[in-house]
Amino acid sequence: MKQWIEKQRYLIDFTLASLARRKTRNLGLLGVYILLVFVLASVALYTHALRIEAGKVLAASPEVILQRLVAGRHDLIPPGYIDRVGRIRGVQKKEGRLWGYYYDAVVKANYTFMVPNAGGVEKGEIVVGPALERSRGLAAGNGISFRSYSGKLHTFIVADVLPQASELVSADLVLMHEEDFRAFFDYPSGHFTDIALTVANPLEVRNVALKLSAALPDSRPILRDEVLRTYASIFDWREGIVLALLSAAILAFGILAWEKASGLSADEKREIGILKAIGWETGDIIKMKFWEGLLISLTAFLVGFVAAYLHVFYYAATLFEPVLKGWSVLYPRFQLTPHIDGLQVATLFFFTVFPYAAAVLVPIWKAAITDPDAVMRG
Amino acid sequence: MIFQPAIIALLLSSAICVLALAASMPFAIEVIRRWDIKSGSERQLRLERRTYLFSTLLVFVLATQLASVLLFVFNAEKMSGMFVGAMCAVGTLNVNPYGFPALNAKIALFFLAAMWLAINYVDSRARDYPLVHIKYALLLLLAPLLAASAWIEAQFFLDLKADVITSCCGSLFSEDTKTLVAEASALAPLPAMILFYGAMGLAIGVSSFHWAHGGNGGRGRGGYAVALAAALGFAAAIAGILSFISLYIYEHPHHHCPFCVLKPEYGYQGYALYLPLFVATAAGLAAGAIRPFAHVASLHVIVPEVSRRLAAIASIGFLLTTAVATVMILNSNLVLL
Repeated sequence: MKQWIEKQRYLIDFTLASLARRKTRNLGLLGVYILLVFVLASVALYTHALRIEAGKVLAASPEVILQRLVAGRHDLIPPGYIDRVGRIRGVQKKEGRLWGYYYDAVVKANYTFMVPNAGGVEKGEIVVGPALERSRGLAAGNGISFRSYSGKLHTFIVADVLPQASELVSADLVLMHEEDFRAFFDYPSGHFTDIALTVANPLEVRNVALKLSAALPDSRPILRDEVLRTYASIFDWREGIVLALLSAAILAFGILAWEKASGLSADEKREIGILKAIGWETGDIIKMKFWEGLLISLTAFLVGFVAAYLHVFYYAATLFEPVLKGWSVLYPRFQLTPHIDGLQVATLFFFTVFPYAAAVLVPIWKAAITDPDAVMRG
Repeated sequence: MIFQPAIIALLLSSAICVLALAASMPFAIEVIRRWDIKSGSERQLRLERRTYLFSTLLVFVLATQLASVLLFVFNAEKMSGMFVGAMCAVGTLNVNPYGFPALNAKIALFFLAAMWLAINYVDSRARDYPLVHIKYALLLLLAPLLAASAWIEAQFFLDLKADVITSCCGSLFSEDTKTLVAEASALAPLPAMILFYGAMGLAIGVSSFHWAHGGNGGRGRGGYAVALAAALGFAAAIAGILSFISLYIYEHPHHHCPFCVLKPEYGYQGYALYLPLFVATAAGLAAGAIRPFAHVASLHVIVPEVSRRLAAIASIGFLLTTAVATVMILNSNLVLL
């Protein structure tokens, strides 16, 4: 065993020295390799971070949201509807929610107006999200007027600005008092936008939803799990599409690696010829070339991955943001939480090292079977 | 569902492996028909050189098989969140009827590949390549299996239908997906424990004996015994994991899943259990696979030597598996017996 390790050590030693002798050539390949890993790793890390972020956002949302449908469209919850839900075992809390969208012609963006169920906002005051603070230049204590859909002008005092930490959920949010909300939108009294139900046991959610749709056939229960699943598959799908598009790049890289590996210079040919003349076997040459490939691959993988990590988590993935994140006027600014996923690293390895290994296999063999006499005579 | 990164990677690697094997088929046929080590002809020289290429190619393909088994299970595990009712890899593999066959085919292929590699290794160490005909005939058998495995895998992935809502404004109601309860296949804990420790003891004993006798245990028939004991040990270990080891890990008397142990919730303990088990089984089977060729003149020193080393790996691997399982049981708060 010890002998085997020693042998490999000498082989690695020799390989490193021979790589160093042809610096420019190998650095070129290494550069391209690193770039490929960098691009693919950026995509993978970024989508994964977004997925995690979406999960965190939804973690605090109610397990079930019940909407009422009229002719297949979302409609208001009429008075008495919540009582018709009745007592369902497992439901801890059910409450009507009031929220709506408001289009602000000044910044050409939609705000979400909402009445917090816990209260806390005085009449005539509003609490705004950080994106609104930026776009309208608001601060606590300022007054702001919105023209309601009925044409009347309503003025509010900004009581507070929501913290930056919650920006992903609260960027475009405006919290207001229930009476203000009803007056602003001419909301019929006793009506609600939808109903939020809190279910303690996650295994019960499905049963609760079944009971709801049985009790209220005109309603549509939306489960948090379903939303999460949808997000996950959307991000996976986006990542997959980008990777599929980048497969052309992987192919190109494979061709480059093949070219580089098969275009042996006269020097290299002579080197292999001499090695064989002094007693190296074909198998030894293949082993040496294997170490060469492994060293290049691992270096490229490590450097590329670290660069991608920095790119995504310190420079907010500037290069891929538009494709992967989505777009909106009041897009929340947020810092992604660094997270590395084992499956992604494994997948990435398959996407980069595997094509490289496949591409250099035949050239390595071609180099290894070189006849010593043919080279030295030529 | 095909646009999942891991799925693309798996399909890509399968496709390349099948292509590589397909490319080596004509060569294998040529070797079987024309190989003549005594000849000094141009063709023989060319064939000899080509064997290097195809040996390397095969090592590459088979190493990929091993990596892809791991990635396959890892991916199934991760994707379970996307299927209603799926809690771990089992749910994903049960989404369509190709899931478990795909996994089983991959595992079977992995073991067959290990055996082929052992034969190849022994052959390439002998000066006169005595097993070249057999080796390439076996390769001709292996190639369709690899293609079949790749086909099943592709069917599984193409047929993955997640009945998921595609926008948060719609909601979808699907009936609970069937979850596989392994209870039926699981034995009562006590007999399973006796079977597990008995089989592992046998496997460790037989392979250690073979190891100690320099690969010549039982007048050379030890190699077969090691293979048999390894196969038995593998079956018993899987049965043991299903029937009682998993229960101890989850500390739950009715959770028999062999895949949940791979989840982060349980600290990826499953990998510590499965990796040595698979390596040991592969080594044990390989020790048996090279045994029939011990009487070949140029191999009668090499085969026992390689067989001894394989037996050593098998012995250590089974010992590790047993030790890991025992530690898991002792650390558990569950009282089963």
